Amino acid sequence: MNNTIVLGVIGADCHAVGNKILDHAFSKAGFNVVNIGVLSSQEEFIDAAVETDAKAILVSSLYGHGEIDCKGLKDKCIEAGLENVILYAGGNLVVGKQDFEKVEKRFKDMGFDRVYAPGTSPAESISDLKDDLNFNIGTMAV
Amino acid sequence: MNAVLLIDFGSTYTKLTAVDIDNDEILAVASSETTVKTNIMDGFYKAFEVIKAKTCDLDIEYVEKLACSSAAGGLKMISIGLVQSLTSEAAKRAALGAGSKVYRTYSHELSAREISKIIEEKPDIILLAGGTDGGNKDCIIKNAEALSGKIGDIPVVVSGNKNAVDDIENIFEENGIYFKITDNVMPRLNILNVEPAREAIRTVFMEKIIEAKGLGEAEKEIDNIMMTTPTAVLKAVNLLADGTNEEEGIGEILVVDIGGATTDVHSISKGEPTKSGVVFKGLQEPYAKRTVEGDLGMRESASSLYESAGFVKMKKFMANESIDIKEKCEYLSRNIGKIPKTEEEKEVDETICTTAVGLAIERHIGRVATEYSPMGVIYSQEGKDLSETGYVLGTGGAIVKSRNPVKILKSGMESIKDPKYLKPSKPEYLLDKDYILSAMGLLSESYPNKALKILKKHVVNIG
Ligand code: B12
Repeated sequence: MNNTIVLGVIGADCHAVGNKILDHAFSKAGFNVVNIGVLSSQEEFIDAAVETDAKAILVSSLYGHGEIDCKGLKDKCIEAGLENVILYAGGNLVVGKQDFEKVEKRFKDMGFDRVYAPGTSPAESISDLKDDLNFNIGTMAV
Repeated sequence: MNAVLLIDFGSTYTKLTAVDIDNDEILAVASSETTVKTNIMDGFYKAFEVIKAKTCDLDIEYVEKLACSSAAGGLKMISIGLVQSLTSEAAKRAALGAGSKVYRTYSHELSAREISKIIEEKPDIILLAGGTDGGNKDCIIKNAEALSGKIGDIPVVVSGNKNAVDDIENIFEENGIYFKITDNVMPRLNILNVEPAREAIRTVFMEKIIEAKGLGEAEKEIDNIMMTTPTAVLKAVNLLADGTNEEEGIGEILVVDIGGATTDVHSISKGEPTKSGVVFKGLQEPYAKRTVEGDLGMRESASSLYESAGFVKMKKFMANESIDIKEKCEYLSRNIGKIPKTEEEKEVDETICTTAVGLAIERHIGRVATEYSPMGVIYSQEGKDLSETGYVLGTGGAIVKSRNPVKILKSGMESIKDPKYLKPSKPEYLLDKDYILSAMGLLSESYPNKALKILKKHVVNIG
């Protein structure tokens, strides 16, 4: 069963540590992680997902400009034939400490399936992704 | 003495190089016009007579006669991938590295129109890629289906998602397509794997294309047409840079080869960022990279070169600004046999040549992009960083036979002014003065150490 996911840090953001941790955590959980790393444009996420037949795209943004950087990503996914690809976003998506519910709503309106507050542990999103992709441990190659 | 005869059936000239393999010396070189219309061997015999005359006092036994060819239109290819910047680009790079002319590169599922266009262009080989291993396989399978039944006997090299290979094999076998399956050009995202595709292309070239182009005659007389001419050049340059187990090479190198219709640039270098804080983006670069500029050349492409460069750029290379360079370029592309004689004609050729050097290198090398973040500037790199590459080597008649090769190479390089280009920062300039790169590429197949010794002797430092 295909369990490929694309992971990367969007925009002009070069915070690399969280990205490495997510790569490790999702790989260990049995996903085939295609990590495009920091400084990744929307197009790079999409191109990577098309070639690798990815089932989900996990976008990180740490430096506060996540909203501008993520705008339009869902539309481009639809355009590229990736309308069924699951989209997650996490990190420090916006500047400063804002009410997370509002942030979550704005990202969901942009087409993200799930949005994570700063400091969420990888375990939470791993379990969500397994649900969303209908994967249970038995079908995953570990 | 034992000698090897190396033959380059070029698009215009057939060049012969006789090498004394007991003493690692060049015995004689000769050339004659390539004769594809009658019999490819006519030109060969003419040149061989000259070699015989030059070596008449020697007792020579030719132990091997090896050839490369870019005659009869060279090797025309079409490459097909999935995403333009990924597998399509990877396929294109593999095809170029195999010494072909890539007429067009296609992405995603082919339309009926695109397939008609492909057939119209009569490629010698189609390279079909798409999907990482385990990635997308629908596209490449659909493209294999769409092509089979339409392309007749055009050979296909398949170098895509390994999970699609069994299906493609069935489709092609059912439809009687001549095909070769090899490893994926991009097995994982942004990881380039061009060697298997290059080798498969070379095999098809030897098995099928030589015969199809009427060059089979040659193989009755000589041992083998082993590869395309650009492949031979790339092999020679690679050898010169890397050396062998017995003898060291000279290190990273950039080569520019100017012909009448095209300008080739080769680089032997990993091209990774040389400065800290620069992030490499996109598809990995091939260590031995070849690019071809179809719009830059001394004759057939002189007028397209003018279109690309423009008067302002070209004027900078002319001592005499009153020359109507546009008109001259147009004239030369209509009179491709023209050999420069007068002072003005020589200056025109030098101007065209310098322009081609600058533009072709600019397109080959990598760039840094500056992105402004709240913290300051961030640098990302696309393509190869050649700033620490030590040598720039010129070859091709226009440079080799010119009055001032080093000036052409230097002015061409210096015309690349924008600091975003990662060009060699303090290169030494080399010249292939006896025009032996393709011959040494061939020789290196059996005698790499000898080929390297001869290269070191005959490729000279000019500044
Ligand atoms: C180290 C660091 C840097 C280093 C980065 C080095 C590097 N190359 O990695 C440097 C000094 C370069 C840097 C620069 C900047 N930084 Co900084 N940096 C940090 C710092 C201290 C730690 C980041 C880190 O590595 N955390 C550890 C990892 C493991 O956690 P994480 O990145 O948050 O990732 C985890 C989770 O968020 C989550 N996650 C992340 N993405 C996703 C995605 C999904 C889908 C899911 C499910 C989960 C998820 O999982 C990860 C693993 O557990 C943070 C403050 C902090 N304590 O967080 C500031 C911080 C991120 N930086 C900040 C800022 C503003 C900047 C700068 C803009 C300017 C500045 N003030 O220094 C520049 C931007 C440069 C750029 N263009 O990117 C702010 C961002 C503010 C905001 N968003 O509102 C922070 C929060 C500091 C602050 N409080 O002001 N920074």
